[in-house]
Amino acid sequence: MKAIITVIGKDTVGILAKVSEACAQAGVNIVEVTQSVLQDMFAMIMLVEIDKATIGFDQLKDNLNKVGEETATKIHVMHEDIFNSMHKI
Amino acid sequence: MLETKDILETINMIDNENLDVRTITMGISLLDCLDENIDKACVKVYDKICRSAKDLVKTGEDIEHEYGIPIINKRISVTPIGMVAAPCQSQKIIKFAYALDKAAKELGVNFIGGYSALVQKGFASGDYALIESIPQALSETEFVCSSVNIGSTKAGINMDAVKMMGKIVKQTAEITADRNCIGAAKLVVFCNAPEDNPFMAGAFHGVGEADTVINVGVSGPGVVRAALAKDGAGKDITEIADMVKKTAFKITRMGQLVAKEASKRLCVPFGIVDLSLAPTPAVGDSVAYILEEMGLEKCGCHGTTAALALLNDAVKKGGVMASSHVGGLSGAFIPVSEDAGMIAAAKSGHLDITKLESMTAVCSVGLDMIVVPGDITPETISAIIADEAAIGMVNTKTTAVRLIPAVGFKAGDVLEFGGLLGSGPVMPVRAGSPEVFINRGGRIPAPLQALKN
Repeated sequence: MKAIITVIGKDTVGILAKVSEACAQAGVNIVEVTQSVLQDMFAMIMLVEIDKATIGFDQLKDNLNKVGEETATKIHVMHEDIFNSMHKI
Repeated sequence: MLETKDILETINMIDNENLDVRTITMGISLLDCLDENIDKACVKVYDKICRSAKDLVKTGEDIEHEYGIPIINKRISVTPIGMVAAPCQSQKIIKFAYALDKAAKELGVNFIGGYSALVQKGFASGDYALIESIPQALSETEFVCSSVNIGSTKAGINMDAVKMMGKIVKQTAEITADRNCIGAAKLVVFCNAPEDNPFMAGAFHGVGEADTVINVGVSGPGVVRAALAKDGAGKDITEIADMVKKTAFKITRMGQLVAKEASKRLCVPFGIVDLSLAPTPAVGDSVAYILEEMGLEKCGCHGTTAALALLNDAVKKGGVMASSHVGGLSGAFIPVSEDAGMIAAAKSGHLDITKLESMTAVCSVGLDMIVVPGDITPETISAIIADEAAIGMVNTKTTAVRLIPAVGFKAGDVLEFGGLLGSGPVMPVRAGSPEVFINRGGRIPAPLQALKN
């Protein structure tokens, strides 16, 4: 199963590193990353594979939420299908 | 790869515009629970519901976590208890309400609907006793919802049932007067009731349905309003309708995804997605504000019916392509106490019960969650039900009445329910007595629209 991680917030040093580290620790493979910085607002979107994750989905969400708190960003982890169904016919 | 703007749009809808799936409702047939002994029947009912829906709440929560979509309610609808009670009608039918309530509590669902009777053409065995027990049942249970279908385009309107329901609505409010008359908020009187409706208080599991089924009701007035607020300025009405359609499509796709996933995980057939725009009292999650966003100074002013007709139609057109099976009520809801914009318009005097009645001719439900003075007569309640049913019967659409006679309150006061039910300003009703008309009883014959064969 693939999931989308989105990170939205004020741009600071090390956001990508911290999120990637949390993924790596959980055995989550990052397939694709896009990021944009508009003025000083940061939006990063990661497509990840979680089939081989060593922790459960809820635990991954909790871990990433902690990263969100540390970096003052808002992090969502959602199943890829929600975006596919809403935006593709 | 998905586009960044699409992903951010979805997240913004959920985080800031109150997008949610309002309910996953499991319909459960109780036709295999009939028994002449009511106690045995109640045990069968309880066991079947608990067996069929044991994983409903957990599955709903799992989907909510994985997909990141709030799923507000998990509910159950059952075969109208009037039918289940047919073999044991002379016994205490209210025992079925206790059994439903106990099952709902055990499973952790938010509501259980189906303490219902279908009497559009007449009372069958069990129906009369069931209707008489409604006030006590709604007073003594927490999760049970009740509905009575008193008319249809095919059958006409059962005026004996209309007369009876005036009294029952009033009694239900009176018996729960110490709890803000909450009983009446759990009781709907229908014309052309849909058999696959996932929304409460009117959900029941029709006799033509499969043994168990998953129906999903979406929501999302806030998303539609935000879309119009963002891009609607200076656009003509055709463009506004297109914007509503596109937004409704996206909302419904999410409902379809949740419905299919719930159906797969629970091994229960997927029934329908109900395309309704269901408001909540949260500011921004209001159907009235969509109408105001279209250019009305206040919901209820002249032009409101036209704006609502456009909204209702565009929601259906957008939603119907997004889902493989559409059903239930599917359209825009206008429950007064549950919609911040409606509450404001009623308080400021822009919205009254007669304007609401005309709005119900073009929206998906009817006079919903309207608080009326506590001294209203049962005959007036019956007459309001008859008017509303006539609109539904003639226009071949569902109409419903959910009135809350606010015991001890007069027009202009406010009755507070809290939670999803919100708060309702007490609305005056029209003067003049319909007593003689209502007391005639009998049936309003089915209209010519019924003769389609």
